Amino acid sequence: MAALHADFALPLRSFELELALEVDRTVALVGPSGAGKTSVLRAIAGLVRPPRGRIALGDDVWLDTARRLFRKPDERRVGLVFQEYALFPHLTVRQNVAYAGRERADEYLERFRISHLADARPAALSGGERQRVAVARALARGPGVILLDEPLSALDAHTKGAVRAELQELLQELALPTILVTHDFEDAAALADLVGVIVDGHLRQFATPSELVDRPTDAFVASFTGANLLRGKARRLDDDMTVVQLETGELVYSTEWGEGDVGVVIYPWEVSIGRLQQHDSAMNLIQGEIRSVAALGNRVRVRIGPITAEVTASSADKLELARGGTAFASFKATGTRLVPLA
Amino acid sequence: MRKALLALLYFLAAVVALAFLALPIVAIFVHVPPGRLIDQLSNPVVTDALIVSFKTTLIAQAFILLFGTPTAYVLASRRFPGRSLCVTLVELPLVLPPAVAGIGLLAAFGRFGLLGSSLSAAGITIPFTQTAVTIAVAFVASPLYIRQAIAAFETIDPNLVAASRTLGAGPARTFFRVILPLSRGGLAAGEALAFARGLGEFGATIMFAGSLQKVTQTLPLAIYAEFEVNFDVTLAISALLILISAALLISLKLASQWQPSTPTSHSRFGLLSWS
Repeated sequence: MAALHADFALPLRSFELELALEVDRTVALVGPSGAGKTSVLRAIAGLVRPPRGRIALGDDVWLDTARRLFRKPDERRVGLVFQEYALFPHLTVRQNVAYAGRERADEYLERFRISHLADARPAALSGGERQRVAVARALARGPGVILLDEPLSALDAHTKGAVRAELQELLQELALPTILVTHDFEDAAALADLVGVIVDGHLRQFATPSELVDRPTDAFVASFTGANLLRGKARRLDDDMTVVQLETGELVYSTEWGEGDVGVVIYPWEVSIGRLQQHDSAMNLIQGEIRSVAALGNRVRVRIGPITAEVTASSADKLELARGGTAFASFKATGTRLVPLA
Repeated sequence: MRKALLALLYFLAAVVALAFLALPIVAIFVHVPPGRLIDQLSNPVVTDALIVSFKTTLIAQAFILLFGTPTAYVLASRRFPGRSLCVTLVELPLVLPPAVAGIGLLAAFGRFGLLGSSLSAAGITIPFTQTAVTIAVAFVASPLYIRQAIAAFETIDPNLVAASRTLGAGPARTFFRVILPLSRGGLAAGEALAFARGLGEFGATIMFAGSLQKVTQTLPLAIYAEFEVNFDVTLAISALLILISAALLISLKLASQWQPSTPTSHSRFGLLSWS
């Protein structure tokens, strides 16, 4: 399998997109909207022409500005799945899939379990069905690279889980260089081997999902991975302990090194909840009002003061958590990460 | 009470307006019994004019489609300096008095005109020929088609064009399989408008092509020529043109409903600016 190499600069409206990627498996690009994620896909697909850089799939060079080489989109083996799928509304499902590869259309209809929809128009399909048609159409082209632009964002929460599982399986099976753009860290972590956090056209961090959670390079990456981010002033206590006075006044301890203005990063699943004050010196403790309680499957997200905690449904029941009450959120000093503020 | 009075006033205004618009059309049909109208249609003046009209209009439409469609596509899909000037230029003949259009065409193609002098040196004379009628029709009617076509092309989701390209289709295949089918309703509507305008063309034609029976005398010119000769003939031609216009109007309305279903995607991928 040929790897995708992309190293280019592209001026966008308010900043310059600049990145270098070597993709041989599934890479997710995450970041806030307007960060330039979609433009990365556009450049690789040949829909925009970066003024400098090089893009190649193995030995197949698609862009090399030094040699004034530019291959048009139809001359690049790219399977691009558009955000809202961009299915041709005047063509049937079969005609859509057959647009790129007539001989293999039926094979792909079969494979994506959409044969029964072959004669339907896109307008008559559900979100999940449209997604399958879009992926089938992109694959029927026989691409060497798969580009997915927010493949799950057009789906409702109910459909999303099932489609994500399908997509996961598919990407594994295809084993092609894949770039997936999403604003949802959970989707990225579920689908990709490597995740790049992109802000204002630049990669902030490029690592495996677990590395991003364990060692976020800055406050933005931390909050993006779903962590609680509290601001405070850090002061060294001794060789292995830092104390941070939070903006809200509380003191929290961390085993990480920090000095001055810092972001305190705590993951919701590392926070436990109690109704009574526990006296455990290894624990950071924050008391607060229960601001919200939301069930997500068998987990419950509870917001206590500035902190979001995630506990099992059964322990939430046991604690009789209800909005308006008071509770204590506790978390270990070893699970309290310190990052520079962006 | 005041409400009822207001409703009555609205109703009366509508009745007056509709009657005013319908009266001349009804008058043409009641002035002469249908039998005599049909008899008049076999009058050689009418048949000659009918042939001249349709021949010139059809040829002009062919040129309008052939040149207007790519022109509209370029103006709809590309952003370049001077684009709005080009669009204004395209629209200018719409607001130009027909007599001015006729003089302009004479100044361009006439014997001593801008192009006319080199054309007559090559032995080609355009004014007062059937070619002149076709040129006049194309000049006044093409802006209607081009404008409508620009609007139709602009409503196409650029993502669909981008999708076609990434699926391996070149610009030509993309145009014929995605862009053209998706804009056909708008193009047909523009074509119907241009056809109607071309068929009714009078001012530019009479100045640039004259009114010579069998050669340059179109249906509207025949009405004018027969006005003091045989009023029944003018009524017959008028009735004929009303029927044709009504048919065009109905097909125009059908064409505007003949739009493909709504696009399924938003515009995040722009049209290629260089392909």
